[in-house]
Amino acid sequence: MTLLWLIVILLAGGAAAWLLERRSMVLARGACLLALAIDLILVVSLWLSAGGRPEAAETAWIAELRWDWIPRFGIGFHLAMDGISLLLAALTIVLGFAAVAASWTEISDRAGFFHFNLMWVLAGVLGVFLSLDLFLFYFFWELMLVPMYFLIAIWGHENRTYASIKFFLFTQLSGLFMLLSILGLVFVHYRATGIYTFDYGELLRTPMARSTAFALMLGFVAAFGVKLPMVPLHTWLPDAHTEAPTGGSVVLAGLLLKTGAYGLFRFAVPLFPEAARLFAPAAMILGAAGIIYGAVLAFAQTDLKRLVAYSSVSHMGFVLVGIYAGNELALQGAILQMICHGLGTGALFILAGALQERIHTRDMNRMGGLWEVCPRMGAMGLFFALASLGLPGLGNFVAEILVLVGAYRASIPVAAVSAVGLVTATIYALEMVQRAFHGKNVRGWKFPDLSVREMAVMAVLALLLLWIGLYPKTLLDTARPALHAPAPPVATAALRP
Amino acid sequence: MNVDDMVALLPLIAVAAGSLAVMIAAAVRRSHRLAASLAGASLLVALALVPAASGFAPRNVTPLIAVDAYALFYMALVFGASFVVVLLAYGYLRARAEVREEFYLFLLLATLGAAVLAASRHFASFFLGLELLSVSLYAMIAYPRADANPLEAGVKYLVLAAASSAFLLFGMALVYARYGTMEFTAIGAALSLPGAGWDAYRLAGLALILTGVGFKLGVVPFHMWTPDVYEGAPAPVTAFVATVSKGAMFALLLRYVGTTWVYDSPSALTAIAAVAVVSMFAGNVLALLQENVKRILAYSSIAHMGYVLVALIAGAPLAGEAVTFYLVAYFITTLGAFGIVTVLSGPDRDADRIDDYRGLFWRRPWLGGFFSAALLSLAGMPLTAGFVGKFYVLAAGARAGIWFPLVVLVVTSTLGLFYYLRVIVAVYAREPANPVAPSPASPALPVAGAVALAGLAVLLIWLGVYPTPLLRLIRAAVASLALSA
Repeated sequence: MTLLWLIVILLAGGAAAWLLERRSMVLARGACLLALAIDLILVVSLWLSAGGRPEAAETAWIAELRWDWIPRFGIGFHLAMDGISLLLAALTIVLGFAAVAASWTEISDRAGFFHFNLMWVLAGVLGVFLSLDLFLFYFFWELMLVPMYFLIAIWGHENRTYASIKFFLFTQLSGLFMLLSILGLVFVHYRATGIYTFDYGELLRTPMARSTAFALMLGFVAAFGVKLPMVPLHTWLPDAHTEAPTGGSVVLAGLLLKTGAYGLFRFAVPLFPEAARLFAPAAMILGAAGIIYGAVLAFAQTDLKRLVAYSSVSHMGFVLVGIYAGNELALQGAILQMICHGLGTGALFILAGALQERIHTRDMNRMGGLWEVCPRMGAMGLFFALASLGLPGLGNFVAEILVLVGAYRASIPVAAVSAVGLVTATIYALEMVQRAFHGKNVRGWKFPDLSVREMAVMAVLALLLLWIGLYPKTLLDTARPALHAPAPPVATAALRP
Repeated sequence: MNVDDMVALLPLIAVAAGSLAVMIAAAVRRSHRLAASLAGASLLVALALVPAASGFAPRNVTPLIAVDAYALFYMALVFGASFVVVLLAYGYLRARAEVREEFYLFLLLATLGAAVLAASRHFASFFLGLELLSVSLYAMIAYPRADANPLEAGVKYLVLAAASSAFLLFGMALVYARYGTMEFTAIGAALSLPGAGWDAYRLAGLALILTGVGFKLGVVPFHMWTPDVYEGAPAPVTAFVATVSKGAMFALLLRYVGTTWVYDSPSALTAIAAVAVVSMFAGNVLALLQENVKRILAYSSIAHMGYVLVALIAGAPLAGEAVTFYLVAYFITTLGAFGIVTVLSGPDRDADRIDDYRGLFWRRPWLGGFFSAALLSLAGMPLTAGFVGKFYVLAAGARAGIWFPLVVLVVTSTLGLFYYLRVIVAVYAREPANPVAPSPASPALPVAGAVALAGLAVLLIWLGVYPTPLLRLIRAAVASLALSA
């Protein structure tokens, strides 16, 4: 039941925010924060209860809920949480706080409806991380799309209509291909067993011909590859991230991209282990290509948010490599990378948003010398840029090293090319700090530095990254049962030779 | 014909009696409210009699009419939709036409025709039902006869519908000439005999009948009338044309196709699949080019009929359920969308420009929210009935393994999303309306219309979240349908 509450509370918080808008906006924002706080308590209590479980527990699920929904097709309302979904749920809530805080002064126009959409996206994302019925999963997958579209289309920047429609069409088309694959899988299973079911556990060991499996897997890869993004399918991302309001960018980069990675991890690989093994080399090459390509394009940007957006393409390349490298180290790395990228990129988008709110531009050519004006902002920018380039001691370093070590075992050339990504990241991250904050303040900018509220958000995100960087064991231990347990054979078990 | 037969026919009799009552009442005392209440009441009575009649189903009343669970389900759907149209039309006509009472007469007659179509098992009742529906529609479409657009639409519909009826009759005649019977089941029995191949009579007959049916459904290449009639007809009538007339035709098509072994002919299925594919393409692509909301919805309906045809050709075991569920979802959504158009229309013109909807959500949040929900349902997004409908169609197709039409469906419906989003962008636009084209003086929301819209909104979400009860009903209804694989 707790799992259902997690989602319902967010939905209710969003509705409450919309209704309370007329009373006072502070109240409405408070409702969102309250909903998130309740969710945080629930997740932490689940986490603590999971901590005491023995390693060799029967099942990796920490909590589970299963109801009938549409029995005609064996569709159930089936939610479950293991270590990986727990970490991602926690990330969702943390970034939810960050997004609400980042919109505090930025969004004043129709703020009630904004928060409604924001909370509903978060609920959809949480649903994606928790559902274990393929129909339910697709339901949430599509559900998070509409409010995200509204966030971009109504509160976005100059080019918002174009960006929002592009985002919607890319995700919708690829999502429908995934639906076709889901249906194909269900009917293959039906022909083999005579039972209609959309349940993950039931479908896991569906016997099928190799070519069928490969075709069906591609449908899933299409949907997840667009979200991740996998390189040729990424073109919606820079537009959507750049045009979205700050809160929207945080959710997009921090969470929506993770749903793609999570989908590969939970569904595309375990459901079709044979096909995934065939596809793994291609996926790893695409991942490595994404690392380099994203880094090169990030370096070429003058728009601050676009730079961060392309750096996401680069960072998510590591996740792709990690998932398909097929050993536990790389998978642990991919999971850590998902968390750290969410925190770090979220922070960078908040900084970019804070800058834009003050100087009304994202163009780095018009910045420069801002450190004197806003030392706190500069320091924070430097910190998260260092996190992004993988400075030892911060989370991303651990994550990327784990991925590289794991990938080295699978394919030395891929690991070598991916390692170059660490160097290129250094170039664009430092370049960004250099151009925005160093040099001379030729334009004579003068504006207030980060407020207490903004500093609090930054501090929390920075401390979390520091914690993961110095003591990643907490997270690794949480995720490990999910990688080992016999019940949900995620990527590692599937790909082990 | 005995008493049991009469009871089974009661829903049809109630509507027929209602039309008489409206006619007599209009002769005695002209009162819009009275006529509308009589029409609404007779539809509700007919709806309430459906469960009573189902106690005596299935039975064939005369060789013409089959009252079975399937027919009764579609009758209930038709009556419900017509009732919504009565509610919408009441507020709409009050602000406009001078002579309003006869509209309800035509509406009831058209409903009767649609119900007969759903229950017909014989060419005679097929044709009678169709003509009853079409002739009433001519009058309904051109009802505001002082305006040019409705008149043009009415005449266009008249000419094309008459021509398509001729095709249909010729097709029936060919089948009759070959098999000597006009009963669907008897034709089916004759066809199941050994040696009954696909000769010229049978193929040509089927092709001509499909032409007549295709015209009513508005699928490519018989779709030419759709945008003009949708645009020209008064908004409540458009809602009726889009739902009741197409839905009843589909009910009949499914029954006819199932009983006459069309599923045994790959070439016939290929032809229907081709119609479906071009409808999906043409509907969705042409809708992109439109500026008028009614025309956008017209082209989108062409595409939607294509989706339903995809479910139809999937065949057993899921086609009946998928078609029926999709149509229910489509009825609710389309009535909702045209309901919004209706209540926003001013006395001088219908609210059919995209600019009329600019910023609607901020001016009237409930209407704007429901309109975007209806559009998202047409696009098949979750939480709405359209999502489950689209899922059902895809499931039926995947079960049958007809991947090509499914991929076309997926790709073209994504194209379709684009024009729904265009309207939604306008609904949520923050800029004030374009001052050059002032929106029609936003009329106050009529009570009847508000009730109808609220009911539709509840159904739209309910079916999107928990469709199981309706699925059970539909399964029971289509169980009797013969769909050979």
